[in-house]
Amino acid sequence: MISILAPIMRVIEIPMVFAQRKLGTQRLAWIFLMPNLILFGLFAFLPIFLNFAYALTGSDEILLSERTYVGGGNFETLAACENYLDPNSCEKDFFWRAVHNTIWFVVLQVGIMVGFSLLTALVLNREIRARGFFRSVFFFPVLLSPVVVALIWKWILQRNGVLNAGLESIGLESFNWLLDRHWAFGWSVFLSVWAHMGFYTLILLAGLQAIPRDVYEAALMDRASPWRTFYRITLPLLAPTMLVVLVLALIKGVQTFDEIFAFTGGGPGSATTFIIQYIYQTGFAGAPRLFGLAAAASIMLALVLVLLTAMQLWVNRRNVDG
Amino acid sequence: MASTLAFLTRTRAGKGRMDWTDWLTYGYLMLGILLMFGPVVWLVLSSFKTEADLQRFPPRFLPYEQQTILLDGYREPLALFRITGGEHEGKTLAQIRRVGLVAQMVDPAQPDERLRIDIKDRAPVERFALATENYTGLFERFNFLRFLWNSTFITVMATVIMLLVNSMAAFALSKYRFRGRTTVLMLVIGTLMIPQTVVLVPLFLITRELGMLNSLWGVIIPGAATPTGVFLLRQYMLTIPDEIIDAARMDKASEWKIFWRIILPLSAPAIAVLAILAIMWRWNDFLWPLIVLSETETFTLQLALNSFQGELSTEWSSLLAMTVLTLLPIALVFVFLQKYIATGIASTGGK
Repeated sequence: MISILAPIMRVIEIPMVFAQRKLGTQRLAWIFLMPNLILFGLFAFLPIFLNFAYALTGSDEILLSERTYVGGGNFETLAACENYLDPNSCEKDFFWRAVHNTIWFVVLQVGIMVGFSLLTALVLNREIRARGFFRSVFFFPVLLSPVVVALIWKWILQRNGVLNAGLESIGLESFNWLLDRHWAFGWSVFLSVWAHMGFYTLILLAGLQAIPRDVYEAALMDRASPWRTFYRITLPLLAPTMLVVLVLALIKGVQTFDEIFAFTGGGPGSATTFIIQYIYQTGFAGAPRLFGLAAAASIMLALVLVLLTAMQLWVNRRNVDG
Repeated sequence: MASTLAFLTRTRAGKGRMDWTDWLTYGYLMLGILLMFGPVVWLVLSSFKTEADLQRFPPRFLPYEQQTILLDGYREPLALFRITGGEHEGKTLAQIRRVGLVAQMVDPAQPDERLRIDIKDRAPVERFALATENYTGLFERFNFLRFLWNSTFITVMATVIMLLVNSMAAFALSKYRFRGRTTVLMLVIGTLMIPQTVVLVPLFLITRELGMLNSLWGVIIPGAATPTGVFLLRQYMLTIPDEIIDAARMDKASEWKIFWRIILPLSAPAIAVLAILAIMWRWNDFLWPLIVLSETETFTLQLALNSFQGELSTEWSSLLAMTVLTLLPIALVFVFLQKYIATGIASTGGK
């Protein structure tokens, strides 16, 4: 690797030495920053402003010069609802179904996942044999690609699958799991917990291992009951890590798309369609491509994410400051 | 309740013997193995089954293959059956053809005499065998190598570019004192708040205007600068003492030489962690490639897998084999670099 890179590096050195002579050492920093700043500018900052431009204009043209200004029209269309609790009463009922699904999904998925991650981290923190091995057992699904995760479980849940075989062998009826809206949603939550749990377990385990042992020894001296030890020592000392995990899980949960799209395609009907899938289908998969609506929905999502990220930064800072 | 919590909070097992809480712990861990590994093991086993075996319900654990025999006078190998009833009970016969409920069979020992057997009375003779044709078929029937190449190209190029660009920025932000440094840092933090998922529409426009739609570069370039990468590397480079750089400057080394001869080698651990993360991100990437790449020729493995699961939903044998091949590289990375992955993910808070 080094031998391939060395000549390239030497070629880059020629203009860099020239720039160093022209600019002086300290200002050369800008040259080092340049590629990154160009990429950030082009693919992160510019898109933010353009996103507003799209959200404020209509028609299915991609070029901004050919789009007509509609003001808040896209937002009004999305928000046109008689009753926000009932997606059927909305003009864009598909959007509101996606919002409802996302909220339900995030609440269930984050709750269940953080619960199981905590339980697993506590178990792994006990004095057990082969801890490293067990840790990786729970962790490895994190590395699998979303499509692979979806196909693994589709294969298990399909009508002639191993789950139905198991059910029939104990005398129950087999069932077409992914054709029922409630089961499809439930399995989506399960799949998502299965795939991401290990990541949060890892963080919580690190948090648990950072709690000093002597605190527990002192508690043992004082004959504190295990319940009291857990409630008075483990939980409070783990609280900052828990907060980080919760916020991270929320940020990821709101943006769920890949594995569920490959798993159910958003169906049956729109039972497992989430907000990112709405944006994808409105802006890219359907015809006409409604970029305006997609951008407006993105901005609503961005607001939620900015709030959550600000929370994350605040939580991190508070942790660092102690 | 109290005893459950005792189980959860205890960190020390009894001296040398298994407490009931230990049994519970190991029970939970065994359940974990079953639930986490089981599905993947099942996938791999299933991928070695023949299409006929996959259609079987209830499924069997191991892949089997019906035994065949090649007899004089027959061009194709004949399937072997054990006869379970009727006058030929106990014999092993080869089937010539099946007509309705009756099978025309022949005894391999007396190949001239044709027998008529009720299909109720026969059971296939099977042996354990791996249906490797599921895998070889992928290369013959699909453009599998093309997808593999696309995925590999994207992963390698994106990782190299990202490492170079991000380490250059991290070097500038950690080792130089210049006006506007704080502003740049704040901007980098700002990009943390805007994930790709919320700027898909304008990102699509920009990629299109740069002529990178349906090109692998359209996947590689927009994600090349990551705030996570800059941060991880900057934090690490801050720990490298400035005296080394001063010494190099005394020796008249150019800044670029200092960067790639001194700083990069010294940051190797952080770069390794970031490289592993980048490989993982890019290999598994889905939504952005889905938007940028719409021609089958440019599909990555993930996209191909997703689009085939619609087309081949009746042909699980190819689909399962392709799934296994897609997860294989990541599984190998995991086996060899597990420690780095865990520390990398824990220190960046990203996956």
